[in-house]
Amino acid sequence: MSTGSVEVVYRGIFQKTLAKNICRGIVFAAKNEGKIGIAFGRYSDSPERNGIPAKQFAVVADTEEEMEEHLSRYEPDNNDVTIAADDTLCKGVECWAWYGLQPINKLLKEGGTLLIPSTRSVNHLIGEIHRKGMPYNLAIVKGTASFSGLWVYKDDHTDVRLLGALAKVAPHIVSLDSILATIDDRLKATSAKKAYDLVESVSVGANQGNDEVPFEFEMPGWTEMEEGLVIRGIAGQQEVPGRDGGYVPTRNPTFKKFSTRTMRPVVNFDTCTQCKICWLQCPDSCFDITPDGFYDANMEACCGCGVCEAVCPVSQCITMVNEEAFTDNDSQWELWIEDKESYSGWLSEKISEPPARSHGFHHVGQYAEEIANEPS
Amino acid sequence: MNPPKTATAKKVNVAAARAPRGGSEELISGSEAVAHAVRLADVDVITAYPIRPYDTVMQYVSQLIADGEFDCEYIVAESEHSQFEIVKHASAVGARVFCGSSGVGWLYAFEALAVTAGLRLPMVAMVGNRALDDPGAFGVEHNDALAVRDLGWMLAWVATAQEALDTALIAYRVAEDKRVFLPCAISCDGAFLTHSQAIVNVPGQDMVDGFLPPYDRAEKQLHPDNPITIAPQANEDWVMEIRRQSDMAARRARDVIIEAYDDFNAQFGRGGEPFIERYMMEDAEVALVGMGTLAMPVKVAVRKMREQGKKVGFVRVRWFRPFPTIELQEALSGVQAVGVIDRDYSFGSSFFSGVLANDLRSALYPMVNRPGIVSFIAGLGGREVSTDNVIDITNKVLDAASGGDIDDQDTYWIGVRE
Ligand code: SF4
Ligand code: SF4
Repeated sequence: MSTGSVEVVYRGIFQKTLAKNICRGIVFAAKNEGKIGIAFGRYSDSPERNGIPAKQFAVVADTEEEMEEHLSRYEPDNNDVTIAADDTLCKGVECWAWYGLQPINKLLKEGGTLLIPSTRSVNHLIGEIHRKGMPYNLAIVKGTASFSGLWVYKDDHTDVRLLGALAKVAPHIVSLDSILATIDDRLKATSAKKAYDLVESVSVGANQGNDEVPFEFEMPGWTEMEEGLVIRGIAGQQEVPGRDGGYVPTRNPTFKKFSTRTMRPVVNFDTCTQCKICWLQCPDSCFDITPDGFYDANMEACCGCGVCEAVCPVSQCITMVNEEAFTDNDSQWELWIEDKESYSGWLSEKISEPPARSHGFHHVGQYAEEIANEPS
Repeated sequence: MNPPKTATAKKVNVAAARAPRGGSEELISGSEAVAHAVRLADVDVITAYPIRPYDTVMQYVSQLIADGEFDCEYIVAESEHSQFEIVKHASAVGARVFCGSSGVGWLYAFEALAVTAGLRLPMVAMVGNRALDDPGAFGVEHNDALAVRDLGWMLAWVATAQEALDTALIAYRVAEDKRVFLPCAISCDGAFLTHSQAIVNVPGQDMVDGFLPPYDRAEKQLHPDNPITIAPQANEDWVMEIRRQSDMAARRARDVIIEAYDDFNAQFGRGGEPFIERYMMEDAEVALVGMGTLAMPVKVAVRKMREQGKKVGFVRVRWFRPFPTIELQEALSGVQAVGVIDRDYSFGSSFFSGVLANDLRSALYPMVNRPGIVSFIAGLGGREVSTDNVIDITNKVLDAASGGDIDDQDTYWIGVRE
């Protein structure tokens, strides 16, 4: 069969246009081969929210009947290729409440290819990606994730590079020639061709990878749900686990949202003045109050918006760092309280390479400064 | 035939009805009667926005407040949409509410109406039935209230001012029952009922208090001491379950309505049978079916036909939602043919009938010996349905019953100029 489907998992807002361009590119290329294609965004997604994992699909078929078979399910669940447009998505995706954490390779077929733009090593990524009961391939296009805004698109060739790489890993869906035939710009065509040549693919064995069991939920039946669309508030609060005191608010247990994060705040407790501003301004009430009065961003809840870094009045007290630099959601304050010296080393290491922010601003007033400094 | 399984038809002991007790006899219009019911139900929040003929209720309620006979939050909104939104929210915090409208005003509130039912808020509303605005038309048609028939609203049609008052009290009792928690609209034919006065027994407060308990939203009340969220975003992973819950509430409403009429009859010595009124049906060979005030000319015509020895009866549908499937199957099981008179239309529907005829056809379809159903459209835009019109209708039904030319797969327009 010379047809199939491609799933593009992307970050809401930042990669909305990128995902659309990739899927449209596949359909146009398929058309060049006399096949029929359909590109669509999953309707339940809310791709107008910063960073939320969302999906686009492209389906290519030889006949209408074959196309109907692909489209007769809610989302294609046996994909030839899954493209994770941002490598932090390898930790799993949670798209809305009660969705659970879905492994990035969940909808990939046996022997299919997971295609990722990344600067990380194969082993690093396999260590993050949840195990799958069947073998598949992991292909990497060297590069960092391309992030844009809601109204603007950063035309940095990521779309054509991924299309070029796709032609290499799944030539039965679209060939390089038909991809190239859709690209007018000569430089972009070169980028596509280069990615085709340079994409690296390794095979991942059945049950190789992250052995964490992703959280999931069983949805209640209609007789178990409260009538009248009533959702009970969650009562109470807790102390910091294993400690005497502190304040941990109760949070929505069915929507953790941390898979929305492309970067996370790292806090320097040695310079923190306990001014509370981060705690007040965090839109998701992520800060737990520690027994000694610090504010500890809870990584099970933080969606990585970056507001805390921008509002913290102490220079470099909060620094946003790319999510790929972390392997767990452990409490930073616990690390610090247990061994302040080694925390200090850990902190400097995390913030050493100037971390590129995927979105937002380092500090209040940055936008005005940038505008003022722009050459007229 | 397989009757729906949720409820069994239960007969109210109308024979036990005694003379009306307590209260006073007043000469009032249908709208005033509803205003008195609102006062007696001690409604907390009322919103108003004028549209004829509903606005007469607003006027009488404000009069009662001005006269010091009634105390409530009376809010004049800037549109029907806001009017219904305000009471929708008031109902969520535990206030007993009243609202209403007519014709396109009711439709302008449609978004709020749909969500009120979806959120299971027991609003009681009065619809002064009005044509859907061929410019300025304000005569009666039933399409306005019928527009919400699929959304979870319970719908009652009344024929007299007394019935308007009584049904409003029953509506609060049924809507606010925890097994139901669905809104209820009482339809009063514009002009014929809203604007004509009749002697009405207005019951005393203690009588009403004995029938209608206070509105208790209990654990669903939106209140700082009861932290809940109402109406979070619901996508396809929740919507079917939510609809299924509303479906079950609409099924349970049947039993609750029957209970309410039982108690109403016991308490007030009137109220009649729930769901339908039967007139001369005992030995009827053909039957007419209709809703609202056209009961008057129909009853007169039925008596005239009876004088000629024609065994004609009449069934007036009092509750359109939940639809009285069991009662109608039972009431019409012995007749040879049925004539349905719709004061509404459903353009392009099966047999180009009205809404009532279509629902009745589906209700009777499972019957083994189902009667033929001839559909009539009459009285649109407030046009008179005369006794002669009804006699004409009845003769057509008799013709259909005896295998004449009248076609039970067609719809006849009565009183339209040729
Ligand atoms: S980045 Fe900071 S402000 Fe944003 S959700 Fe995380 S902790 Fe809260
Ligand atoms: S805003 Fe900065 S200084 Fe203030 S409490 Fe938060 S981390 Fe500490």
